Amino acid sequence: MVFTPKSAEELADAISGATAPFAITGSGSKDGLGRPVTDATPLSMAAFTGVTLYDPAELFLEAGAATPLAGIGKLLAAKNQQLAFEPPSGGTIGGAVAGNLSGPRRIKAGALRDHILMVSGVSGRGEIFKAGARVVKNVTGYDLPKLMTGSHGTLAALTSVTLKVLPKPEIETTLLVADRSPEDAVRTMSVALQSALDVSSAAHVPKSGTFLRVEGIAASVAFRVERLRELFPGAATAESSPWSAIRDVTGLRGDVMWRVSLPPAAAPAYLQALQRSFEFDYLLDWGGGLVWLSCALGGDAHAAAIRGALPSGHATLVRAPAELRERVEVFQPQLPALAEITRRVKAAYDPKGLLNPGRMYRGV
Amino acid sequence: MLRMPEPDRAVLDRRAEIVVALRAIVPGEGIIATPVEMRAYESDGLNAYRQMPMVVALPETVDQVAAIMKYAYEHGIKVVPRGAGTSLSGGALPLADGILLGLGKFNRILDIDYDNRCVVAQPGVTNLGITQAVEHQGFYYAPDPSSQIACSIGGNVAENSGGVHCLKYGLTTNNVLGIEMVTVNGEVIRLGGKHLDSEGYDLLGVMTGSEGLLGVITEVTVRILRKPETARAALIGFASSEDAGQCVADIISEGIIPGGMEMMDRPAIHAAEDFVQAGYPRDVEALLIVELDGPSVEVDHLLEHVTTIARRNKSQVLRVSTSEAERLLFWAGRKAAFPAVGRISPDYICMDGTIPRRKLPKVLAGIAELSRRYGLRVANVFHAGDGNLHPLILFDANKAGELERAENFGADILRLCVKVGGVLTGEHGVGVEKRDLMYEMFTPEDMAQQLRLKCAFDAGNLLNPGKVFPTLHRCAELGRVVVRGGKLPFPDIPRF
Repeated sequence: MVFTPKSAEELADAISGATAPFAITGSGSKDGLGRPVTDATPLSMAAFTGVTLYDPAELFLEAGAATPLAGIGKLLAAKNQQLAFEPPSGGTIGGAVAGNLSGPRRIKAGALRDHILMVSGVSGRGEIFKAGARVVKNVTGYDLPKLMTGSHGTLAALTSVTLKVLPKPEIETTLLVADRSPEDAVRTMSVALQSALDVSSAAHVPKSGTFLRVEGIAASVAFRVERLRELFPGAATAESSPWSAIRDVTGLRGDVMWRVSLPPAAAPAYLQALQRSFEFDYLLDWGGGLVWLSCALGGDAHAAAIRGALPSGHATLVRAPAELRERVEVFQPQLPALAEITRRVKAAYDPKGLLNPGRMYRGV
Repeated sequence: MLRMPEPDRAVLDRRAEIVVALRAIVPGEGIIATPVEMRAYESDGLNAYRQMPMVVALPETVDQVAAIMKYAYEHGIKVVPRGAGTSLSGGALPLADGILLGLGKFNRILDIDYDNRCVVAQPGVTNLGITQAVEHQGFYYAPDPSSQIACSIGGNVAENSGGVHCLKYGLTTNNVLGIEMVTVNGEVIRLGGKHLDSEGYDLLGVMTGSEGLLGVITEVTVRILRKPETARAALIGFASSEDAGQCVADIISEGIIPGGMEMMDRPAIHAAEDFVQAGYPRDVEALLIVELDGPSVEVDHLLEHVTTIARRNKSQVLRVSTSEAERLLFWAGRKAAFPAVGRISPDYICMDGTIPRRKLPKVLAGIAELSRRYGLRVANVFHAGDGNLHPLILFDANKAGELERAENFGADILRLCVKVGGVLTGEHGVGVEKRDLMYEMFTPEDMAQQLRLKCAFDAGNLLNPGKVFPTLHRCAELGRVVVRGGKLPFPDIPRF
């Protein structure tokens, strides 16, 4: 049975009276992300849908958590605006917030967490609350909107979210540099991102090369593309925009996929270390700071190797069968002192473990 | 008058013993216990309030910080962290029964990493010190609070400081990649690093702007940016604040996000012009500085657009900088606005609140009305692009009752901000200054969510108590807030 509350009050009453946990779902696109939540009643947020407030001049949009991202994109585009952090296509705005999901433009525009202004929802205590405000400097006191962003529904069931929106660039041009190795690619991206040429995305797709994205007003883009060509003689203009495919990682089709965040300059050595221990396909985004890895099923999905070779940062198992996500830590394990704070934060908002229990870590 | 938590007699009685214990952790001059020497720490940038601490500790290593925190935790002693002491909200105001933990000796830059485009610094390094360490390579650290020559990066993280370039480049929270911190019980933990985004809860986001109530920051990693090729500014005067406000709204809604967009009202313009002779027009009611940065071709194009919008909004004066010297002159007046106002009044307090941009004219009119009612002058400077107001209320502390009147005037301005859909703060934090106004903005239910976070980090309420939250509470009492509809959760317990 699926529980589909029609209002925040109904949801609050249900959580207050609950003795068994809920597994929160929007459109279902992220149900396979995180550790499996077992023995829980599915809690559909479907009723909390639709854009409730869109103020282009004040640069914000407010929508029910289950509002599809696709519709939001269209609405914004009609006013020449966008969600600058470039969430992956598909799913709902609430799902993107719950996972703090950001795309290739993250290195220039910031992550989703940098664009969240306000959230409303019901905590695991059954309390209806809101945090943040509909202004740019949105926080007084603690930044609870950021805490809720990326908490994978383990602290509260969000009913409504308010996000900053920004002007859409007039044009986009992408240059393709024919790098053949991660070393060359990261060097290219590092040079590009250290220039004053305002490169908004930098990614490396093996067998294709390194893509550098330049956005803005036409005259400025033309100027910056020309300067980049001087830096990278032989760079070609990409015939079609690769960024939605890079954002959605459509090129990696293995049964298992990892998302690794690390210092960008560390990526080549990291990949080399992994290549010595198993076979995988990869994609580099964020100038090298984001490594997508896909590999075949088996064992611990190479978790020990993937986390063992990491100089700093974190690796998340973003695609794997439930059985594997139960056995292998999906999120980077935390050191004891940090894990203790994580548990205390969980207990502060959801002491009975009613919302997505165990989704992030055992008991969290 | 400001009320702080009642000092703990039992702790004060053990003062001598506590000083000895701290000296065992921090040898030599790192523990300050004489009234004369402690005087320097009795206040921060909100110097209307003063309080001598019980003892001042100036550790030099993370181990020492951890040992102090562990000792204080085990003995139930309060701790007030302090960076450079420039807080305008009293965030570092000492407690009579507390250890003032100064991080001033943590003043080294640990790592400059251009390939990863970041700098690792100890918390006592000044904001400007970071930019100065990388500018020879053409880089800078974007958030630029007006106090940047003095304020520390650790304090910037604690207060989530802003500056005139936040509109385009974000606040501190958008530019910090990682921190090392010591928890209330002396554990050292790392959040973030040279990589992006958190592996679990965004505790880095939570720590940023937590005003020293959740932990002591001992290291900071910040993102550095390549300096834009060029920057030019337009100086635009208007006959009314309505016209200026509309110009701001039009610039934003036509898709331009300037590097900075500042506004000053007539009293602020006059004070600044008298002080630094920046060439500001004296016969306008509102002045905008709009700065565009990037490649010249882009800056020129956008400035064309901005000047068109300005003319459409009946600009009276319109000048575009043609040299770097002229651009800096435009800014000189704005950057000196606070000391400039200091020249025309014995005292002033600087308020900080945020409103939706389009409410600027309405709020300005409201402030003018309040100014008449309280009989106190006010000069207004704004980060107009962000809707962040800094009204400067002029008063004379030597006249009986004027400080109180100025504070009440300020509180009414902040109430007005909340009423029009804004918030109590912009970039200065809550501290003690706005603590007692928190329930103007938050329902008891929403406030409880914040208190719960405090309890998860510091259940004994030992870290910087008396700041941010107006209500004394014990974490065990927080239970479930059943009130729906605006009643205080604990009406009978003392408030200060």
